[in-house]
Amino acid sequence: MSANDPRAVLVEELGRIAPDVDVATIDESADLREEFDIDSMDFLNLVTALAKRFAIPIPEADYPRLGSFAKAVAYLGEKAASG
Amino acid sequence: MTEFRMPSLGADMDAGTLIEWTVAPGAHVKRGDIVAVVETQKGAIEIEVFEAGVFERPLVEIGTKVPVGLPIAVIAPAGEAAATPSAPVVASPVEVAAAAAVATTPSAVTETVFVPELAEEPPPAPPAAPVAAAVMSAPPAISTPMEGRPRVTPAARRLAETAGVDLVGLVGTGPVGEIVVADVEARIAAKPAAKPAPVPTPPPAPAAGRGIDPAAMRAAIAAAMARSKREIPHYYLTDTVDLTRAEGFVGERNAGREPADRLLLGTLFVKAVARAVKKYPEFNGHLVDGVFAASKAVHVGVAVNIRGTGLVAPAIHDTEHLGLDELMAAMRDLVVRVRAGRFRSSELADPTITVSSLGERGAEALWGVIYPPQVAIVGFGTPMVRPWAVDGMVGPRKTVVVTLAGDHRVSDGHRGALFLHTIVTLLQEPEAL
Repeated sequence: MSANDPRAVLVEELGRIAPDVDVATIDESADLREEFDIDSMDFLNLVTALAKRFAIPIPEADYPRLGSFAKAVAYLGEKAASG
Repeated sequence: MTEFRMPSLGADMDAGTLIEWTVAPGAHVKRGDIVAVVETQKGAIEIEVFEAGVFERPLVEIGTKVPVGLPIAVIAPAGEAAATPSAPVVASPVEVAAAAAVATTPSAVTETVFVPELAEEPPPAPPAAPVAAAVMSAPPAISTPMEGRPRVTPAARRLAETAGVDLVGLVGTGPVGEIVVADVEARIAAKPAAKPAPVPTPPPAPAAGRGIDPAAMRAAIAAAMARSKREIPHYYLTDTVDLTRAEGFVGERNAGREPADRLLLGTLFVKAVARAVKKYPEFNGHLVDGVFAASKAVHVGVAVNIRGTGLVAPAIHDTEHLGLDELMAAMRDLVVRVRAGRFRSSELADPTITVSSLGERGAEALWGVIYPPQVAIVGFGTPMVRPWAVDGMVGPRKTVVVTLAGDHRVSDGHRGALFLHTIVTLLQEPEAL
């Protein structure tokens, strides 16, 4: 697993925002904000952290692609590979 | 020389437990500097000074629960030569006895208040009867454990209380010699058969916010809200905002911006309220002892949810003078600090009106309970796409329900409706915010 493994990074950053939620217990294909009970400020902080970690722009237009845990892993994997 | 008193910590808190001095005797301080940290039901609060000067010496020991309005330190005003450390103020025998009792019974410390209960709304001004609070015989060095009372971090104290561990004789290994969680854990491990923990209450659930006890915070919220419902004759109004322009504005503004520089719609809500309330001063201020004092400045209290714990609504100072980017940065900073369980005394005491916003996942409307001594709270529900009539045609539009809870002792529905409508109107011209 590389230092920029999308799944590991996502788990780590979500852990900072929602330390009370165990990733093992969530539905990875369900709504990310629902599963982790995160509000718009939390979500913006998550996007900020991810953009920094992967050195990628995450425009607001791409927010729907972070709609679930599984989608976000796929999105980050794609962006990190092409970036 | 000036006695520096425990400042107001908001309507629902009448005391705080001193857990840290952040300056050493002799340090120069200026207005707004943080000199101490107190632990309250809402977490750790940084105590700020109101004027420049030299911090001469603390008057209370770490671990003491101090009511709002009592002297906690001596600060020589700027310009006045710092007096040589003088003999401590002589406390009356009763108080000395009380202080001694406090000093010798560590388990009682956090619950012991050394003066009778103050009124619910103690003014920041000195209490009528001067109460000597010279608990210590000598100015303590900031970096050494004080005699008889080791410095203990809040988390370590809580762990010790929960586990029934005695802190006496424990040597702290923290950065300045304070007892930290690891020290308590070491003692627990060393004494597996220590006296069983007295468990009158279930151990507190681990809070996401460090240093915040959810049960205590819930009790503080309950006390403030019960008082509000008992004393404030609320009235309620509602309106609906078409968010098409506001959303468009935020989208355009954020396009091409780094995530760290992006705005949230909620920033516009807070700014619109701050602008609107300037025109309607009867919604901005404090009502104390039956007298309403409108505030010139607008310090909007922004309700922040703390995961699994509760809600606080600290002030964004001078909200109406902040540009949207500055306001957004201030809100981000506030949310981070509040969730970490650490904010400033002025942020708790200063809000002149509160805004509570449900955000993207919530209910249609939020009807607020006014946070005394304030006299109004504006609530924003979750923005939703609804049928909306424009120019005789009905179409889908993103809208948000905005509500006002006002205090009938100060205002009435007529002015409230005008105030609320001003918020709606301002949100139609987001670029002018």
